[in-house]
Amino acid sequence: MTIATTLDRTLTAVPTELARGRGGGGPASKRVVVAYGFWIFILSDMVMFSALFAAYAVLQGNTAGGPTGAELFDLRSVFIETMCLLLSSYTCGLGALSAERRQPGRFLIFAVLTFVLGAAFLFIEVSEFARMVQKGAGPSRSAFLSAFFTLVGTHGVHVAGGLIALIYLAAQVIAKGLRAAVLRRLLCWSLFWHALDIVWVGVFTLVYLMGDFH
Amino acid sequence: MLGRLSWAAIPFNEPLPLLSGAVVGIVILAVLVVVTIKGWWPYLWREWLTSVDHKRIGVMYVVLGLVMLLRGFSDAIMMRTQQAIAIGSAQGYLPPEHYNQVFSAHGTIMIFFVAMPLVIGLMNFAVPLQLGVRDVAFPVLNSVSFWLTATGALLINLSLVIGNFARTGWMGYPPLSELAFSPDVGVDYYLWSLQISGIGTLLTGINFVTTILKLRAPGMIYFRMPVFCWTALAANLLIVAAFPILTATFVMLLLDRHLGMHFFTNDAGGNQMMYVNLFWAWGHPEVYILILPAFGVFSEVVATFSGKGLFSYRSMVWATLGICVLSFMVWLHHFFTMGAGADVNAFFGIMSSIIAVPTGVKVFNWLFTMFRGRIVFRTPMLFAVGFIITFVIGGLTGVLLAVPPVDFVLHNSAFLVAHFHNVIIGGVVFGVLAGINYWFPKAFGFTLDERLGHASFWCWLIGFYLAFMPLYALGLMGMTRRLQHIPDPSWQPLLLVAEAGAIVILCGILCQIAQLYVSIRTRERRLDLTGDPWNGRTLEWSTSSPPPAYNFAVLPRVETIDAFWHMKRTARAPVKPVYEAIEMPRNSPAGFITAFFATVMGFSLIWHIWWLAILNFIAAAIVVLIAGWSIEREEEISAAEVAQMEAGPVR
Repeated sequence: MTIATTLDRTLTAVPTELARGRGGGGPASKRVVVAYGFWIFILSDMVMFSALFAAYAVLQGNTAGGPTGAELFDLRSVFIETMCLLLSSYTCGLGALSAERRQPGRFLIFAVLTFVLGAAFLFIEVSEFARMVQKGAGPSRSAFLSAFFTLVGTHGVHVAGGLIALIYLAAQVIAKGLRAAVLRRLLCWSLFWHALDIVWVGVFTLVYLMGDFH
Repeated sequence: MLGRLSWAAIPFNEPLPLLSGAVVGIVILAVLVVVTIKGWWPYLWREWLTSVDHKRIGVMYVVLGLVMLLRGFSDAIMMRTQQAIAIGSAQGYLPPEHYNQVFSAHGTIMIFFVAMPLVIGLMNFAVPLQLGVRDVAFPVLNSVSFWLTATGALLINLSLVIGNFARTGWMGYPPLSELAFSPDVGVDYYLWSLQISGIGTLLTGINFVTTILKLRAPGMIYFRMPVFCWTALAANLLIVAAFPILTATFVMLLLDRHLGMHFFTNDAGGNQMMYVNLFWAWGHPEVYILILPAFGVFSEVVATFSGKGLFSYRSMVWATLGICVLSFMVWLHHFFTMGAGADVNAFFGIMSSIIAVPTGVKVFNWLFTMFRGRIVFRTPMLFAVGFIITFVIGGLTGVLLAVPPVDFVLHNSAFLVAHFHNVIIGGVVFGVLAGINYWFPKAFGFTLDERLGHASFWCWLIGFYLAFMPLYALGLMGMTRRLQHIPDPSWQPLLLVAEAGAIVILCGILCQIAQLYVSIRTRERRLDLTGDPWNGRTLEWSTSSPPPAYNFAVLPRVETIDAFWHMKRTARAPVKPVYEAIEMPRNSPAGFITAFFATVMGFSLIWHIWWLAILNFIAAAIVVLIAGWSIEREEEISAAEVAQMEAGPVR
């Protein structure tokens, strides 16, 4: 970035307070700014999920005579979908490494793998939802189910959005190659994808595991 | 095909909203006609609508806030008049059905579309200049933020003529706001306009936290940042941490209303108090989102017009950060009467009182800054002094309300109404007006008229006391808030005083309009050629007024707090600067176009025109994808051009 390089060229002896890290080093590089901003966005997203988690915790027992979590959840398929998502994070990480090494071919292979695993996760989730709605346990059955579908569904919507973004970014890699701007976007995307994993770990533990014990 | 929308949505039988809607419509039409005849569209489109310059966006935010202030204030004066005359056997001129919409719209508009845009506008304008940088971290996103806010404002005004607005109060508490009790579009207008503008606000928060933490002039370590930047940082951290809660809460209420879910319903296990808890978990930080930047403005103004550095800069910073953290630990004081139990109420009562400590620190900082200073009473300084006195009164009644047993008596009374208007008008509004008077010459290159500025200040100050001190007394006498009809005739004298106060405030607003008009007419005489009309202390005064698009031809090197003051003091011989090429972000229509689709989408969601909503969502998403495809978003201003612009006349 121009500003940063200007600074580096004109400074011969760097006073201590200008050293990066003390906060006096002038404007940060674009890569840092973009990734930092995206971190803040993820934090805000986490706050939104916390509100949904809180609502779920409050409404968990309010089944209004309808089915409880223990009666509805099928831990086997939830385990499989969890594994899909966790593995997709692994392939996403491998993809990020290949992108950093400027290997677009390898990156695309890992992107396809990530996409397939994410889509599998989504497919299992949607069929679970469909099964529950068919049993008459849809989101309008009870406050518990409203909170369940909203919390898990919001995560699902994030995953779906992430998959669309992945196609879009893969198209950018094909069209423009692994340039600095594209790399920054890929960095943000993988931050997002890993963050969804963290949210899912919360969902898996608080909703499914604890729900099954109740 | 058109969902719930039909000709019945337009209130032909109610002359008042139709008439005001018609007037607004004619004014807008007239403006559009003038712009078209004069051929200003290309200029507007190029320089404003698609601009990603933080200064332009800041000005647009402030204009939006001031226009909406007129709307919110007309609601206020309507309510005051109704309460002054609808006493005993008289029913006044506003039927309950309409009155309820008026107070709901007043609160919603004043918080979300007056206070927020004004505060965000000032931050947009001043923060990058004070930090000594060229723009915010994400300029295009900044434009998207503004236009989404404008979308919300547009939707809420549409409710005046098409359909109706919520009758639930500005908090939209369920179960009243649920489909069972509010089946029409009012609550949907409320929810969707706030949801869409809320996304804009969240993006602003992300943008400014990143800007302040990652983009500062070389040498500007944290403890050299101007106090306004600190308060902006605290406010934006609060936005990032609090607005998502509001988004999630409104999503739940919308799911209840649109898809028949049961988060907050009476039946099937819904929990209404959860809404109230979540709402105020956002709502209490929100009041600090508004007041902290106002504190920042006062810190700049008091230091500048006292000719002294701010007394105990560090304690001011820590007090700001302390309030930032504490603001998340007091939300339950908005509903002590919920019945959470004595222990819980005691905890939140004590936490609420504790906030008075850092706030008190700030008051002493301002007082000691003025002590033995060379005070110049320009308009911003008048607002600052008026603020200190008024805000202390408001703060003290706040501490009173923080005592749970007292709150049980005063909850939802006119005393509460007086308290929060005391801190919002005495704090946020005075702060914003001080800020507008203070930074206006920087934005436009000429100062505002002082005589009319002083007149507007005195009207605001006296009008405020006349309008709200009686409400404290009325609250203690037992008057509850939101009364369409006054049962007790002995309250009338005080209500008439309050009405008079509202009229005096109206005079203050008229003075401001006159001030703008007169100042623009006489601008040739009031040009600010130095860029530093107030003998300022911070970096925004070191560049020309108005600043060039790139703010600073060479990024300033910061060595102390009050960096510009230090530069003036040491007065080193100017070195001929070496100009370099500057990269600036290109204009982008993405914000404007996205907001257009968001407006149609919001409108269709409110009226259940699902197909149109889906189409517009897809269109908005495609705009975002197209905007995200480009790589080259910057254009370069060459070193020669910079040198030419710097050498030429300032204006």
